[in-house]
Order: sequence, then C-alpha cells, then structure tokens
Amino acid sequence: MSTPLLELRDLSVRFRTRDGIVHAVSDLSYTLRRGETLGVVGESGSGKSVTSLAIMGLLNRNFADVTGEILFEGTDLLKLSPDQLRKIRGRDISMIFQDPFACLHPMYRVGWQIAEAVRAHEGVSKAAALKRAVELLDAVGIPNAKIRARDFPHQFSGGMRQRAMIAMALVHNPDVLIADEPTTALDVTVQAQILELIDRVKKDFDIGVVLITHDLGVISETASHVMVMYAGRAMEYGPAREIFNAAQHPYTWGLLESMPTVERRLDALVPIEGSPPSLLRPPSGCPFHPRCRYRFEPCDKTLPPLVSIPDGHPDACLLSPERKREIWRERIAAEIGLAS
Amino acid sequence: MGFRGAARRPGDIVRPAEMIFYIAGRLAWTIAVILTVLFVTFLVFFKLPNGSPALRFCGRSPTDQCIQLTTQRLHLDKPFYVEFGYFAKNFFLGDENGWPGLGYSYGNYVSVRSEVLQRAPRTLWLIAGASTIWLVFGVSIGVLSAVKRRTLVDRLAMGFALFGISAPVFWLGLMALYVVWKILGLTGGSGYVPLSDGIGNWLSHLILPWSVLALLYMAIYARLTRNNLLETLGEDYIRTARAKGLPERTVILKHGLRASLTPIVTIFGLDIALLVGGAIITESVFNIQGLGWLAFNGAITQDLPTVLGVVVCTATAVAVMNLVVDIVYAFLDPRVRYA
Repeated sequence: MSTPLLELRDLSVRFRTRDGIVHAVSDLSYTLRRGETLGVVGESGSGKSVTSLAIMGLLNRNFADVTGEILFEGTDLLKLSPDQLRKIRGRDISMIFQDPFACLHPMYRVGWQIAEAVRAHEGVSKAAALKRAVELLDAVGIPNAKIRARDFPHQFSGGMRQRAMIAMALVHNPDVLIADEPTTALDVTVQAQILELIDRVKKDFDIGVVLITHDLGVISETASHVMVMYAGRAMEYGPAREIFNAAQHPYTWGLLESMPTVERRLDALVPIEGSPPSLLRPPSGCPFHPRCRYRFEPCDKTLPPLVSIPDGHPDACLLSPERKREIWRERIAAEIGLAS
Repeated sequence: MGFRGAARRPGDIVRPAEMIFYIAGRLAWTIAVILTVLFVTFLVFFKLPNGSPALRFCGRSPTDQCIQLTTQRLHLDKPFYVEFGYFAKNFFLGDENGWPGLGYSYGNYVSVRSEVLQRAPRTLWLIAGASTIWLVFGVSIGVLSAVKRRTLVDRLAMGFALFGISAPVFWLGLMALYVVWKILGLTGGSGYVPLSDGIGNWLSHLILPWSVLALLYMAIYARLTRNNLLETLGEDYIRTARAKGLPERTVILKHGLRASLTPIVTIFGLDIALLVGGAIITESVFNIQGLGWLAFNGAITQDLPTVLGVVVCTATAVAVMNLVVDIVYAFLDPRVRYA
C-alpha cells in the first residue's frame, strides 16, 4: 500500500508543570489515508486536542515533551525545525477549532484574515489574496461573499464564522484537515451544515480529515474510522461501522449508553460513573479500571495493550474476546427491549 | 498595512457614516464635559472665596473707581449665571486679547492668556519628547519581555521597570543633572532654551528632562505592554495565526500587539493630558518654567485667575485627549463603533 497521508507512531506528550509531569498523551498510534475521516472521541482531558496540537507543532517546546513519530507522507514532523514546520502548517496540514468566534481576530476583517493565510505561503499581491479569500468564502457557502469579506468577525453568525475558518483552512488545498470539535459551539441545526461542509470538502479536495469530538453522534454521521481515547490512551480503534455495530471496549459501551438518541429517552441514558483520572497521577494498570463496570482482578495492575481480537479490531481491554462479544450482544438485546 | 487600505475602500458606504455619527456623538460629549469643568472651576475660584474678585484685583488699597470698573468688566453686578455666561463665552470665543479668553492675573494685570501661551510650548515640548521616548521604548521593552518571558532578558527588563517606577523624579533629575551635565558635560544644564536659539542647544537642554520624565512612564508602559501581550498571546486567535503558518514575528506584532494596544492607547492619552498641568516636579528640577510652574506660582501667590487658567487648559486637554483616544480606539477596535 502507498504511504499513508498521516501516521502517528507511539506518540506521547508530557507536560512539565510545577506540580509534576502531566501524561497528556501516551503511546498513541493511528493512520489516516486520503479520503478518510478519522473520528477521535473521548471526554474532555482525554488528550484529543493535545494530539492535534502536537501534529500541528503548536505545543510550546519549552513545556511539552513530544516523543514518538508523526509521519506526514513519510516525513517525521517531530524532526523538523520550527521554521520547516511552520511552512507545513496551514499549507499541507490545516486545522479548525472549537470556538470560531474566539479563533478569529476581533480587529481584522474576515476577508483580510483569510487573505493573510494565502500570503503566508504564497507570494501573491494583497488584491489577489483577497480575491482568493472571497472565492473561498463563496465556496464554503457565505452569501454575498464579496461584501461579507469586509465584515468583522462579530458581524458574522456562529455558523458563518466556522465556515470562514474552514475557508481559511482550505486556502492552500491542504492534504490533512484537523477539525477540533468544530461543531461544539454551534446550534444543532448549524452543526449538521458544518459537518456536511467538512464532508463535502473532504470529497472535493480529496483530503484526509481528523475529526475530534466528544459527540459520538457527530462521528457516526461522518467518520470512516474511529479512535476512542481515554486518559491520553487509545481504548479502541477501528472502522466506524465496526465500532458502532460491535464495540469491544467497556469505555466505548459507556459512551454509547450515555449518548442520547431520538429513540432513547433521557431516563434511559446511563452515565459513566465517576470522572476522568488526573493525568498527573494516572491510575495503575488500565486507566479506565476505577470507573469500569466489568473490571476484574488484574485490571489495576496490568496495562492492557492495544491488540486486535479475532474478526475484530484493536482495543485495549483485558476481557476475553468471547466475553466482549457476549456483553455487546446482551447490550443490543436490552436496547431493542427499551425501544419497543 | 493592508487592513488600513481596506478600511477606506470606495465601495464601503456604511462604515464612514458610522464613524461620523460616532465622532459627532463623542464631540458633543466632550463639549459638555468642558462646560461642566468651566462651571465648577468658575464656582470654586470666583464664587467660593470670600469677598468680591474686584477687591482682589485692586490690590492692597483699592480705589472706588477701580472696584467699579472691575465690577463692570467682570459683570459682577449681574446674576451669577450671566457672569458665568460671559466667562464661558470668553473661554470659547475669546476676549479682547484673543482666544481662549482667560481674564487677567491678580498680580500684575497681565492677561492670563499670554502667560499660558508663553509657558505652554515649554511644557508641550517636554511632554512631546518624553511621551515619544516612553511610548517607543516602553512598548518595545514590554514586547521583548513578553516574548522572552521568564528568561534573563525578561527579569532584567522588569527589574529596570521596577527601578523606573520607584525612583523619585526629583532625585533622578538631580542625579542626571549632576552626572551628565556637571561631571560629564554631555548636555546643557537646567533652564529652557527656545527652539529659535538653535535646535542643538534646544535639544541639549531638553534631553535630560525628557529622559527623566520618560523613565517613570516607560517603566509603567513596559509592564503594561508585557502583561497585556502575555494575556493576548493566550487567546485562541493567536493559535489560529500560528496555525496559518505565519512567522512568529507576524503573530506577535500584527496579531498580538494589535490587540494589546487598545488599553495602552487609553492610558497614553490620559497620561499626556494630565502632564499638561502636572509635570511640575520635572519642570521645577530642570527649571523649565512651563505650565506646571505657572500654576504652582499662581497658587502660592493666591493669583486665582492664573491657577484657573492653567486648570481649565489642563481640563480641556484631558477632555480633548479623551476624544482623540475614543476616536483612535474606534479605528483600532471595530467593535467599539457599534457600542
């Protein structure tokens, strides 16, 4: 097979803080190919965003130790100088963020900000850059793009701001688009439009998308692959279809049970008890074991490796493959019972 | 900057109108403020002190004729609002000596206007030079300190700032005069030399007062810039700027500093305005005899019209600088125009 677009190998991120070392991401590996959307799910503090910032080289090297490999088309980004990395940022790998209002500079016109992104990697005139900005605003569905390009961010609605951010990310036809909770700050109706737009962009530009979210619903609509993260570690990783049809990890089960759907009423939602562990002092063994309903004797001592089960995909849980299948089947049966 | 050009695009019909309304509103407000200040100072200086101002004008042995004339001239025989009306009219439109009409000094019958106009250039030159120095160096040191945060550079800069804030101007001024002028002979001594006496001479007498006055403010501005910039650099839009692949220089100066500058503009305007009447210590140490000195002398000789003249000029300067700050602010931060 050809070289993947983006490949993480045993990526670890450690923050040195006054209170000690924060294990933000540990031994994370995944692969992204052109035309794929990798959905990264997990609660707040599970290391999703830190991973993407590490890929972008946006972590302050004075405070963060990044180890492992981040291969972009075969080149290890961690071995590049800050300046080489800067040339890749925004040109080959782009990123959009959670809160588009906070992410746009309040004192510059939207069109200007996109034009600036054009000129960051391309020696074109300001007028040409602005023209390109207007074209892109038009392409992401901003009506009257020519006039609206002269607006300031506060004159845009939330959805339009995120569209503008997407336009800004697309100026150089990047190969990878990292979307970090792109719909969390938006209205539900707008969320669907933005997800649709990201999906369309992926097809039109033939790029790879990393979609980070805590919302499994968002993932189920767009992702081709899913990575479930907890406490900075991969819990389960596989094709989206398999994750939703045959989840193997207790944490994923918990996420699915706590996800509201149209069929499931609020009182039928089962929250995951407890809260995520401190990454300053991660629990021994499996990081999820203190909250796990299925924990058994070795869970607090042995760190389960991410390994594939027969006819399945990789997960990091010590339960036997048979037991995992059994629990999943019971869960489906209960679900059908609830719905009827 | 590309943005400035884009701001005044010919097709841009909405924006200028917004700006004009905004400025007109601010201007009306400024005039109201000046009128209020005039009224309060008028009450304090002419109505509160015991006895008629006419008596003070006519000195130790007032003649009836003198009192009568003065009463007529100042309209003291009319109701106080009419008196104030003439006072305000003189200030805004000028009296027989021209604009702004500030009346006569108690001491020597000299028009306060001519005194103020004679002293004003000294103070204004002092402020202009000092403020340029402190703005340029203060902001630069602040940026450097923020970028090199927690390094030796940062600590040295902030140590220098602490020194600048703590060192009293009268001590610093005398030390500067002693060392640079008396011992090293590098500059001119105290006193003011007009620009017409040669730019070199003028400069060599102003450079020390400039530096001493600037040092205090430079220190404050360096700290302010550092803290504002550090706060701004934590904003999400700075991360966006980096994610675009912009050089770090552009990220800090164009995106970071731009947003950190608004509070600095605000206090810069006020600092300058307050110094119009308030650079007394620097003026005294270097014997510049500007507006601060004029007000001080007026106060100790109970020459109320002179003090009043300086006070209303300072107050007007504050109000006008506020207006300027508001307008600059609206250009710097588009959100203000809609507030």
